[in-house]
Amino acid sequence: MHMADALISPAVGGAMWAATAGLTVYSARKLKQDMDDRKLPLMGVLGAFVFAAQMINFTIPATGSSGHLGGGMILAILLGPYAAFLTMASVLTVQALFFADGGLLALGCNIFNLGLFPCFIAYPFIYKKLVGERPTQGRILLGAMAAAILSLQMGAFGVVGETWFSGISELPFFTFMLLMQPIHLAIGVVEGLVTATVVAFVWKARPEILEMAPPMASGAPRSFKPVILGLVALAVFTGGFLSWFASTHPDGLEWAIKGVTGKEEVQAPKTGAHGVLAALQEKLAFLPDYDFRKPEGEPEAKKEESWPDVNPGKSLAGVLGAVITLLLVGAIGFGLKKYAGHHG
Amino acid sequence: MGTIENSLYNIGYLETLSYQATPIHRLDPRVKLLTTMVFIVAVVSFPKYAVGSLIPFILYPVALIALGNVPVGYLGKKILIAAPFAVFIGIFNPLLDRQVMVHLGPLAISGGWVSFASIMLRFVLTVSAALILIAVTGFHQVCAALERLGMPRVFALQLLFLYRYLFVLGGEAARMVRARALRSFDGRGLGFGTYGSLLGHLLLRTLDRAQRLHLAMLSRGFDGEIRLLRPLRLHGRDVGFFLGWTGLFVLLRLYNISQWWGTWVMGLVK
Repeated sequence: MHMADALISPAVGGAMWAATAGLTVYSARKLKQDMDDRKLPLMGVLGAFVFAAQMINFTIPATGSSGHLGGGMILAILLGPYAAFLTMASVLTVQALFFADGGLLALGCNIFNLGLFPCFIAYPFIYKKLVGERPTQGRILLGAMAAAILSLQMGAFGVVGETWFSGISELPFFTFMLLMQPIHLAIGVVEGLVTATVVAFVWKARPEILEMAPPMASGAPRSFKPVILGLVALAVFTGGFLSWFASTHPDGLEWAIKGVTGKEEVQAPKTGAHGVLAALQEKLAFLPDYDFRKPEGEPEAKKEESWPDVNPGKSLAGVLGAVITLLLVGAIGFGLKKYAGHHG
Repeated sequence: MGTIENSLYNIGYLETLSYQATPIHRLDPRVKLLTTMVFIVAVVSFPKYAVGSLIPFILYPVALIALGNVPVGYLGKKILIAAPFAVFIGIFNPLLDRQVMVHLGPLAISGGWVSFASIMLRFVLTVSAALILIAVTGFHQVCAALERLGMPRVFALQLLFLYRYLFVLGGEAARMVRARALRSFDGRGLGFGTYGSLLGHLLLRTLDRAQRLHLAMLSRGFDGEIRLLRPLRLHGRDVGFFLGWTGLFVLLRLYNISQWWGTWVMGLVK
């Protein structure tokens, strides 16, 4: 479920980074405004709780598989959206750094998929609406279930969208969606069940804890609308800007270098009839004109204008060069190791 | 089930690696963080069929591993553990994109396999860069760098808190899981019923701990304002490290040196 750096383009990663960074700053400011200073240690320790809880499994009967908690929803219920968002973001950051779950560039995508949806959409608009002021066990179950399923569906859709916009994977949009949404329906049911059980447990044992959360979540659900709209605008703007940058200056770095040195490499002319999708992909793929490129034309067109460099000599040169580079890198690494051994 | 202990051990081990005193460890954390980000952006900015031009980028992790004394086998294992998602999504490329793109003598390689190789190469490069960052910098220093680069202080503190209590709560969770496993025969009691109250109890303990923590903070003068003492200073070697690597990444992004070498050697042979 975690997005990986290897599958995203800089435009998508940058847009998601901008959106989540904006939301982090906004949440931090919000949190400071209604600072209840009990909340700081609570957030920290609850983050650690989610981290630990994600590692505890239970067996799902008759399937042989096991499930565990995701955590976004439970944090939102206990902390309110802003604090929960920051806590979830911190959990994902630690996972990205220590377990390489996702990656540093994909961190924006992951916080967006797993933090924004449960905290700012599913919690205020679904859970709160369903559970209301006076929780009962049934209502908690219903609310947590619906909210968890929906936020995981949105998260999965986010993964699909980000992958598709990046254009690194060949998976067609709908196929990927048909693959992801049902899997995450099952995960969502488990998440909802776990969230409901734990919240109901806490509610029975220490009802005052749940009563603590609502006033902390200052601001009625309505006040989220501008925030979310602003975020979407920010993401679209950044993504749009980066894609524009990519399409008008097909090689951003080249363009930057040109600004410095005044020269630019000559670009190969583009040929071929592009389908709508291919054209879009072309636009969205950052720096689309380097090495193993093939025309992204329609199937029939493919045969005639096969990739210009399908040429055994050049391919062989490429492989040979790769081997030489690897050997060289290995030699440099070995040398550095020796050097470090002497001077370390 | 040793998974929790394992994860905690792994986190601790990566952190211990950062206590070394190599030239890389001595660099300013901001510089290492920024260089890592530039590296990752440069790597993922290649088009999807890039393989040869990505290979020279291996130099960066290799140099840091060598100079920063990072154990390669351990790093490799961590990368393998993180691999499934990228492999799962990437493996569709060879299935969906079957147009032949490269001929190597009698061998014809389809575009899908080329882009799959590219995804795997990107994956290894980006993941190793992130793990190496932690191994040569340490979590506290990364947080300090992030905070100095403009991340909200509340979030920096949240990261530090989380990291501190990760081991406490992780240890508690590990003990609970072990106790559950010891009382379970034939897999009974590992299901949802026990799990729910197990997690509930862990949560209650967590909340109590948060309360004690808050009291402890108050009695030490916490007034809601967070102060972090993080003296970071940039030296010449830090600037040199950043500019040198960034310059190299830009060059490698623009010129495919491995293709160039290959052509050159082929020319020599002819």
